[in-house]
Amino acid sequence: MTDEIQAIEALQDNAPLKPHRSHSAEVWLQFRQHKGALIGGAFIIFITLFVLIGPWIWQVDPGKLDIRAKDYRPIYTAIWDSEARVSWAHPLGSDQLGRDGLANMIYGGRTSMAVGWAAMLLALFLGASVGVLAGYFKRLDGPLMRATDLFLSLPILPLMLVAVTLFRQPLRTMFDSPEAGMFILIVGVIGITSWMHTARIVRGDILALKEREFVLAARSAGTRSRGIIMRHLLPNVISPIVVSATFGLATAIITESSLSFLGVGFPSDFPTWGKMLADAVPRMTEYPERVMLPGIAISLTVLAVNFLGDGLRDALDLRIRGR
Amino acid sequence: MKVKTLLLGAAASFALAPAAMAERGSDGHVNIIYWQAPSIMNPYLSGGTKDIEASSLVIEPLARYDETGALVPWLAESIPTVNNGGVSEDLTTITWKLKEGLKWSDGTALTANDAKFTADYCMHPEGGCASASFFEGVESVEAIDDLTLKITFDSPKPNPYNVLVGAQSPIIQAAQFADCLGAKAPECTDANFNPIGTGPFVVDEFKPNDVISLSANPNYRDPAKPAFATMTFKGGGDAVSAARAVFETGEMDYAWNLQLAPDVIANMEEGGMGKAIVGFGPLVERLEMNLTDPSPDLPADVRSTRKAPHPFLSDMDVRKALSMAIDRELLVEVGYGQAGKVTCDLVPAPDNYAAKNDYCVGQDIEGANALLDEAGWVDSDGDGIRDKDGVKLSILYQTSTNAVRQDFQALIKQWWGEIGVETELRNLDASVFFGGDPGSPDTFQKFYADVEMYANTFAGTDPQQYLAAYRCGNEPKPESQWQGENINRFCNEEYDALLDEFAQTGDIEKRGEIAIELNNMLTKDSYTIVPLVHRGRVSGQSNTLGGHALNVWDSELWDAADWYRIEE
Repeated sequence: MTDEIQAIEALQDNAPLKPHRSHSAEVWLQFRQHKGALIGGAFIIFITLFVLIGPWIWQVDPGKLDIRAKDYRPIYTAIWDSEARVSWAHPLGSDQLGRDGLANMIYGGRTSMAVGWAAMLLALFLGASVGVLAGYFKRLDGPLMRATDLFLSLPILPLMLVAVTLFRQPLRTMFDSPEAGMFILIVGVIGITSWMHTARIVRGDILALKEREFVLAARSAGTRSRGIIMRHLLPNVISPIVVSATFGLATAIITESSLSFLGVGFPSDFPTWGKMLADAVPRMTEYPERVMLPGIAISLTVLAVNFLGDGLRDALDLRIRGR
Repeated sequence: MKVKTLLLGAAASFALAPAAMAERGSDGHVNIIYWQAPSIMNPYLSGGTKDIEASSLVIEPLARYDETGALVPWLAESIPTVNNGGVSEDLTTITWKLKEGLKWSDGTALTANDAKFTADYCMHPEGGCASASFFEGVESVEAIDDLTLKITFDSPKPNPYNVLVGAQSPIIQAAQFADCLGAKAPECTDANFNPIGTGPFVVDEFKPNDVISLSANPNYRDPAKPAFATMTFKGGGDAVSAARAVFETGEMDYAWNLQLAPDVIANMEEGGMGKAIVGFGPLVERLEMNLTDPSPDLPADVRSTRKAPHPFLSDMDVRKALSMAIDRELLVEVGYGQAGKVTCDLVPAPDNYAAKNDYCVGQDIEGANALLDEAGWVDSDGDGIRDKDGVKLSILYQTSTNAVRQDFQALIKQWWGEIGVETELRNLDASVFFGGDPGSPDTFQKFYADVEMYANTFAGTDPQQYLAAYRCGNEPKPESQWQGENINRFCNEEYDALLDEFAQTGDIEKRGEIAIELNNMLTKDSYTIVPLVHRGRVSGQSNTLGGHALNVWDSELWDAADWYRIEE
């Protein structure tokens, strides 16, 4: 009797070799391996908090002019130049009209990040949808790809100028504030004119993937198209999508600044990183920080998104997990 | 005593010797940069300043304005007036005498026939001449003999010095342009790019929108001039890089029109290679008040036309308060430095026509607030913005994209905020804003805003045409394809009557009085136009370039024949 029980117990696996882990835990584990991605992610959280919570901590109106306090240098200038005009009231200096540099960085970042993310997500959604549909459904391929070609052949800047001329006034009246109307318009215009490359890349990948054995297996098991796309195809094209997302964010921030520069973007007293940069160019040699600070902020944000995307791709890709 | 005089005389002749001994082409090469590139060398086919000034090196008019705004004879022997008999008593004819022995750069003689041909060329009905307004009212132009030219007008002209005077209407060679009349004018590429002229330089090679190579005219009337043998006229780039090329790197000797913030220019001047030179013409940066309603709710043929008066800017107290709230000294300091002066006038120069008002000097926020309170504009709903009968003082304020203008906008918005006026800023690309395209809603003529800011000026020294712009009916409107110069849609019978009187008056002092009265009606008495800054023109000149006086009344290159190299 006892032998029998012992024999049965011996068959039991009461100490598993490896603890069971959920899918998201797997992803996290893999993601943690990528130091760059961790730092990038941390920076994005930091910059997001900086622009979101910043105004509560640094309660200075970015548009307030104080001509007596103009042309302050950032506080760190005092380290090598003891005669520099610095003040703790303006830790990042002030511009030629005495507007506070730090407050402008915070508010400018808010706009730039919001425009960048919203336009990027919109472009991503459009591009991925078009790409997947065109790649998967043969009869949609022709029309959708011709539409993509059509959009690619449109000159983007003139198109934007026309769109802004046509829709600025109606949107402004609809939202009762020039900034909100302009935000929708800029995000919409950038999103609609920058999805094409994502669509082409995704379509190419889908075309190759849908002939692979695991997709055939899923199809022969009776999985519907929707299931195949969501479970089998999309996770496999996540890496090109993430890569184009990182480009998209950067282009959106920069396109917004060129629109502002041409005078069809936000009103001139509404700060964005791109506009701060453009405005500071004539005084670049004298006050390099006015170009450097927003420039570095844009570059670091874009770089961080790039690293984050890289890490995400590694973590999400089943083929390289565990290596 | 005698010895001393002799010695002094000897010393003086030595001092003068270098100038007297200078000969043509002795000073080598000179470089000019215009950050807008010339596209043609014929001012009759292009109204662009860059083209007019580039061609002024080659082709010349009968008379020019000098740096003080006075008329000086150029190809003509003297300036005709009523007193010397050159202008008829009834002000309908003017007779010019050409200098003797003038030669074109190809060696042939310049005659009154060339001048007559030039007038025919520009007045040709199919020509589309850019300087046509200079020939307005001309009935006939005749060459009496080789050196005498008689111009007859269809009505008395108190200011007959428009035809063939100034950089916009120089004399071109009849022989060269004979086949280029009317519709054929733009097809004569060779003549338009390489005109034969009487000026100090001739074109060797013309690359449109890029660079012009010139050399000294071998047949120039003064055998000792020009001092430079060759010239490169570079076009393109932007004001900042042009300024750098003169002030910091010294590659260029002369840079035109550097509209940059004063601290930027001052900083570049520390480069030590050149200096900024300033000249004051009649250029005024101003706020234009829209007297009509630009609301987008109105139908297209009513919006911003005289059919709909402005809801609050038609109240003079509001306009006055807006003007009082502005600190013009600060604007000058921030935006122009030595290249700007506070002005309260639309016509700040020349002296004879300047009202020299000072009503707007000094900021008066309290006064402006009191004025608005008194006029019934109070903040009745507590949102910080004044209102009356449901109309809020909320202004859309537009201008062209330019760093200095955006600074002005920010400052003025803040001051208007202090008197309870809400301001929304808008800046437009200059080529759209000043483009005049009737299809665009963003032109300064269409004025789909409450207030707009820009600078304007007039050519020559007589403000008649400039002031006549504000005649009732001359406003941009749908029926005129939105063309017209009365930007504010100003309409005043007294003003129009005074304009008519102005056009009949020949006496220069009386003309001054009328011009001042007209100026005051637009500014001091009605605040229709709110002048901000009397702007100078800033150009950059190398420290080694001599003989130049900045001229804002004519081409900046008017004295290129006198330029020389200062030896270091």
